[in-house]
Amino acid sequence: MKGIISTSIAILTGLIVLMGYFFQIPILADLRSLILDWAVTLAAIMVFIGVLNLLSVNNSRINKKDKGSVYSLVLIISLLVTLVLGLFLKPGHPVMNFIFYSIQLPVEKSLMALLAVTLLVASINLLRRQPNLFSVIFLGTTFLILLGTVPLPFGEFPFVGDVLRPFIAQVLAASGARGILIGVALATLTTGLRVLFGADRPYGGK
Amino acid sequence: MNWSVMIAFVLVAGSAGLLLGFAILKRKSSPAFREIPAFTRLRKAIGRAVEDGSRLHVSLGRGNLTSPQGAAGLAGLSALRSLADLTSTSDRTPIATSGEPSLTVLSQDVMQASFQEATGGGHFDASGARLTGLTPFSYVSGALPILRDEHISANILLGSFGVEAGLLADAADRQNSFLLAASDNLPAQAVLYASAQEPLIGEELYAVSEYINHSPMHAASLSVQDILRWVLIISMLLGALLKLVGLL
Repeated sequence: MKGIISTSIAILTGLIVLMGYFFQIPILADLRSLILDWAVTLAAIMVFIGVLNLLSVNNSRINKKDKGSVYSLVLIISLLVTLVLGLFLKPGHPVMNFIFYSIQLPVEKSLMALLAVTLLVASINLLRRQPNLFSVIFLGTTFLILLGTVPLPFGEFPFVGDVLRPFIAQVLAASGARGILIGVALATLTTGLRVLFGADRPYGGK
Repeated sequence: MNWSVMIAFVLVAGSAGLLLGFAILKRKSSPAFREIPAFTRLRKAIGRAVEDGSRLHVSLGRGNLTSPQGAAGLAGLSALRSLADLTSTSDRTPIATSGEPSLTVLSQDVMQASFQEATGGGHFDASGARLTGLTPFSYVSGALPILRDEHISANILLGSFGVEAGLLADAADRQNSFLLAASDNLPAQAVLYASAQEPLIGEELYAVSEYINHSPMHAASLSVQDILRWVLIISMLLGALLKLVGLL
């Protein structure tokens, strides 16, 4: 019974929002706008619930003395300190800016740098993992793009920098990317319709 | 209603009609889609996980449901349901991680529904669905210890990821665990192609549910995508031809 009610509500709200987009009927437009406002409010509440989930999972790791529980303790302390400071000082305060620009940002940037090294190693291992023509094309293209992009002591690499790289990036890669994006868009449409018909229920039930 | 909205309406209504029609037609017949080796290996990895009592890790990405990336999250949730059903006989439930709170709540709901259906209303451990971080790299750094410490034998990355997914792929490689990865994001697809054991490209992300747990509606949605793809190809060729002869 619970499943039928939740599915009916989901289908009805989905239909109202979709029809409100296609037909400019005042009552439909108002309902659509109201439902979207509710969705945004619920999404904000979800952030709060998500943070509680983060706290609960890490608290349970500390209680069970799991491997690496000291990191969970650091996470909880950092979260609570940032939360309290944010509530009292408000975002935009120099202390909050310091936390963001001197701790959060450098840590994320260092992970980005780590990713560059990881990708280099992964590319070297690609031919071992997938020894096929596509891997050769992938690596060859990467090499040509890098060769046409990197600053060299004698200036631009002739032909590669001014002809080959733009041709690969703006013709071959762009057309391939558009093809993939069209495929993703069509799949997005049918996924949305499946949810609208209640065939996929990302809210429990079957 | 202007032209673009009218075309969109015809596309959506036509797709909806085709989807329902195909779903009814495909109830009795078993459709034949092209073989994707990654899904064959995924089924084997699920079987191994159930047999040796290890866990699946399903990562749902950071696709906000109120944004266009939400569809990738919904596809991930649909696959999570199928995976949770397939591993319901295992001692350990899968772990679902996400970087978007709404996906965490929904993944918890989906896993709970699957678990209670399999056990007849048993107690569900809600810690199986986790929010590991709210920014791309904090999400990945929160998920990395799970790959190492939670007895994971197979990782399935399905959703909206950025290039940070490369770190998860590297961690899975180091743990010698199976990794199937798909994202709706183009740079992430390139990164995963280079680093993941079983990368999926483009719309293959949205076909996971059909390949691991067949249902008429999922099969119908793949057929509708094929038809729409042909309609687009013909329209593009026709448009180019009309442009060439100066009629457009």
